[in-house]
Amino acid sequence: MADEMPAREVFAVKDCALAAIATGRRAQDLAEFSNVLQMVHPGSIYYHFWGGLLRPRFDDREYNNDFAIWVRHPQGLHDETLAERLSVVDPTDFPTMEELRAELVELVEERLYDSERLRLVNADMPFNFIRSQIVVFNTRKVMEEPSMLAAALPAMSLGSVFYHVIDARRRTEGGVDDFRAWLGGLGDGYAELCNEVANIDPYFLSLSEMRHQLAAIFGRHFEGGPR
Amino acid sequence: MSGLLGMYSDVVGEDVVDHLRQLAEPLAGMKVVHVNSTKVGGGVAEILHRLVPLKQELGIDARWEVVSGEDEFYQCTKGFHNALQGNQVNIPARLLKVFEETNRENADKLRDTLEDADFVFIHDPQPVILLRNCPDRKGKWVWRCHIDAGRPYRPVWNYLRQFVAEYDASVFSLAEFAQRLPHNQYLIPPSIDPLSEKNTGLEPEFIDSVREKFGIDPARPMALQVSRFDRFKDPIGVIRAYRLAKKFSPGLQLVLAGGGATDDPEGEAVLEEVRAAARDDDDAHVLMLPGDAHRTINALQRAADIIIQKSVKEGFGLTVTEGMWKGKPVIGGDTGGIRLQVINHQTGFLVSTPEGAALRIRYLLNNRARLEDMGAKAKEFARENFLLTRHLREYLTLLVGMSHGQEDRISLG
Repeated sequence: MADEMPAREVFAVKDCALAAIATGRRAQDLAEFSNVLQMVHPGSIYYHFWGGLLRPRFDDREYNNDFAIWVRHPQGLHDETLAERLSVVDPTDFPTMEELRAELVELVEERLYDSERLRLVNADMPFNFIRSQIVVFNTRKVMEEPSMLAAALPAMSLGSVFYHVIDARRRTEGGVDDFRAWLGGLGDGYAELCNEVANIDPYFLSLSEMRHQLAAIFGRHFEGGPR
Repeated sequence: MSGLLGMYSDVVGEDVVDHLRQLAEPLAGMKVVHVNSTKVGGGVAEILHRLVPLKQELGIDARWEVVSGEDEFYQCTKGFHNALQGNQVNIPARLLKVFEETNRENADKLRDTLEDADFVFIHDPQPVILLRNCPDRKGKWVWRCHIDAGRPYRPVWNYLRQFVAEYDASVFSLAEFAQRLPHNQYLIPPSIDPLSEKNTGLEPEFIDSVREKFGIDPARPMALQVSRFDRFKDPIGVIRAYRLAKKFSPGLQLVLAGGGATDDPEGEAVLEEVRAAARDDDDAHVLMLPGDAHRTINALQRAADIIIQKSVKEGFGLTVTEGMWKGKPVIGGDTGGIRLQVINHQTGFLVSTPEGAALRIRYLLNNRARLEDMGAKAKEFARENFLLTRHLREYLTLLVGMSHGQEDRISLG
């Protein structure tokens, strides 16, 4: 009797859209920023780290989250030191939003303690705390084989790219994108492909660039047809 | 792909339109009514003319209703508009009474439709009291504010706030405009319609004919500002910037094009000042265009080398996106919604003074490759962020979101 093969897990392509919602909270100086950060809706921290990818922005942004951008901005607090520290915070290092919040507050409080200037400076442009609501929906597109992604990725919506690359980091074990999470579960045959995907730095690319890079990686890998 | 969505698909790509279709699936058959105060003229009507048919094509039972009133009703609502933008306007109790009565009369006409709808979008202050006059409403009501209400005149806002607070949600264009309200305030920036007369592609012959009509030399560079003749748009500052830049680029031409400002008593005085400032210069063209000169404005934007929007105060400034959509770099005032559109050194430059604007004009005219590159980036940035399809996507997301309560994460299917 032939061994019965376990059902192979498929990749269901999902899509999403973000709604931005004003929290009504604003900060004009660093002390106020710290106070609001301590009590603002956790969805606001998510939005200011990741939501930027789904709203007007430009590819070449210097800092990877809104907090660092405001702190560095000439009409914000104009403080490079804190901006640099905030910009290296990787949200995937923190299992919960509360732990991420605690780290941010700690960095801000430490800088407030160090800098007399920052205790006095008032930003011309206040920081508006925004939160988001994410709507996830099924596209009914199913990838039965990794090679199918090579054909699907170039036409994938930017919402799908956001969901499977960015949002996935909050959902998957190890904080990785959905592509690697899926490929990893299919055995060792895709280790090289996973390594290539891991080299995409989502912080400094627009979603369309991410899509382009993913399509190129999968395209190259499966050039000779399905493996 | 056929129909209206097919036409947008040609501009934004099929993936974007597919995304809209899937997002709209759970909304199929829902009754959605938009209410504003005019079918023609103004940005709101322009957007609804396209948004409502697009929603219909996506399977939503969308309708558009209009409230109407006598002159005193519009006097009152014009006062609201100015007060929300920060002007100190005291509205007499008599006009407020007319405003409230007119809303009651309109509610009598629209009550059945509005009370039966799943969602009602009330645009701007004119129809805001319809909600209070529809006590048996079954759906959710959203107040959509298109005005820069960042620093409203408090007495007028406090009067309007009592009505707005009763809504299930509101929508503002920017976080800076949001207010303290007891419900969710969604943020949806405005958009341009790439298929409208103002933004659609034009035959080169038509662009040439517009140049010829206004005496613009096609062989020499031209900078353009399109805006009302209003001090907040700083047209005198633009002329100063042009003069400073012209010392280094003698061939430079300037066009200041604006429409009639019938509701702005200061407009005529500002226009006179602008004409006086440009009088002795044949290369500085001050054009007063009729309100429906959309194709002419479109042609001027396409004929320009650089778009200027040197406002000192600006709500959003959609002329910036219009210029970017034509592949032009924009030199914009570092204020309001211009900051969201002009990404400094990428899609153009943000400036604070006429001197700053002059410096950037000189830079771009002397770096043609950079000018072209910034223009191309500006067009792509507009395509991804400021077209009607993005606006529609955000409305659909709001509808789905509100249908599922206050949850942060909504999973469908």
